[in-house]
Amino acid sequence: MTPLLAFITGSNLLWAGLFFGIVFGWLLHRGGVTDYNVIVRQFLLQDFTVLKVMFTAIVVGGLGVWILHGQDLANFHIKPAAMLAVVLGAVLFGIGMVVYGYCPGTGVAAIGAGRLDALAGFFGMIAGGVAYALSYDWVAARILPVADLGKKRLPDLASFPEWVWYAGLVAMAAGVFALVARIEKTRAAFHPNA
Amino acid sequence: MKNHLSSARWNPYVVGALIGVLSLITFALADKPIGMSTAIAQASGACALPFAGADGVAANTYWAKKAVPKWDYGTLFLLGSFLGALGSSLSSRSFKLQAVPSLWRDRFGPSVPKRLAAAFIGGAVILYGARLADGCTSGHGISGSLQLAVSSWTFFIVLFLSGIVTAFALFHRGGSAGAR
Repeated sequence: MTPLLAFITGSNLLWAGLFFGIVFGWLLHRGGVTDYNVIVRQFLLQDFTVLKVMFTAIVVGGLGVWILHGQDLANFHIKPAAMLAVVLGAVLFGIGMVVYGYCPGTGVAAIGAGRLDALAGFFGMIAGGVAYALSYDWVAARILPVADLGKKRLPDLASFPEWVWYAGLVAMAAGVFALVARIEKTRAAFHPNA
Repeated sequence: MKNHLSSARWNPYVVGALIGVLSLITFALADKPIGMSTAIAQASGACALPFAGADGVAANTYWAKKAVPKWDYGTLFLLGSFLGALGSSLSSRSFKLQAVPSLWRDRFGPSVPKRLAAAFIGGAVILYGARLADGCTSGHGISGSLQLAVSSWTFFIVLFLSGIVTAFALFHRGGSAGAR
């Protein structure tokens, strides 16, 4: 099904991609997440910028897309829950994100901000992409089919109404933000100059 | 937290909300979730062309079916992200050519080749992981999580646990590093 509003098609899609990308890169930079220190300190639990940006985006985008989907104005695009591949991939991703100091999106944006290590890591990402393509047949045969639950959403796992899940999402984000605010307040009291 | 780039930094909640709005706009108008790592895999196919030739790249299942090397919405989104950050950093006067971030320097020293080599290896590992999981912090972390996808929330949680363990193993020696 093509959603009613999706009038951007064909070659216009290319220009839309460029434009949306520019907005995304601009926001990542202004959000401070193109900074190596900000990203690594998130994992050291010293700076919570990354979580703040991500959770707010998830709540705002989540409620928006849910409403649009309910009006048949947007499609869901769910990635398959091939659990072994997702878990192994996420473990590698976490290690790589700390060593690189950026993720794929913030890395590309950090190159734009002049970070040469982000550029070196981009060449590394190209090499990682080549390695994945070369190993794909083996991965597709041995890893992807293991514990593959399909394109499942959390509401498919338990029969609560959709709105309960979204209310839970909002409550969880509010809880995380409150916890982060408390941690930051406590730290500011102990390290006034930090 | 010292804020070196106060003029260039917006409130993270505001930025997050705007990324959320951007996300629902791309869903509604272009029928596309925000994502980055597929486009990098497509670029890797383009980089393999001189070595493997067009036939060699086309013979690879992944580049033939999942990440076809060409200019499309996703690869232009990648180019746009670079340009957007370039514009933002120039207009806020925070553009700076820098190879070794301060946190890295405090822990591992000022060597440029060492930092670039680590970034290269980290980049290779992160993209292999992203392709194996079929998404990155954008495609899974934001776009997938906001749709309440099982795969994406699994990815989000495991990624954070893995990152925390790695960060503490690499940086947290006697609490001296990082906590300046």
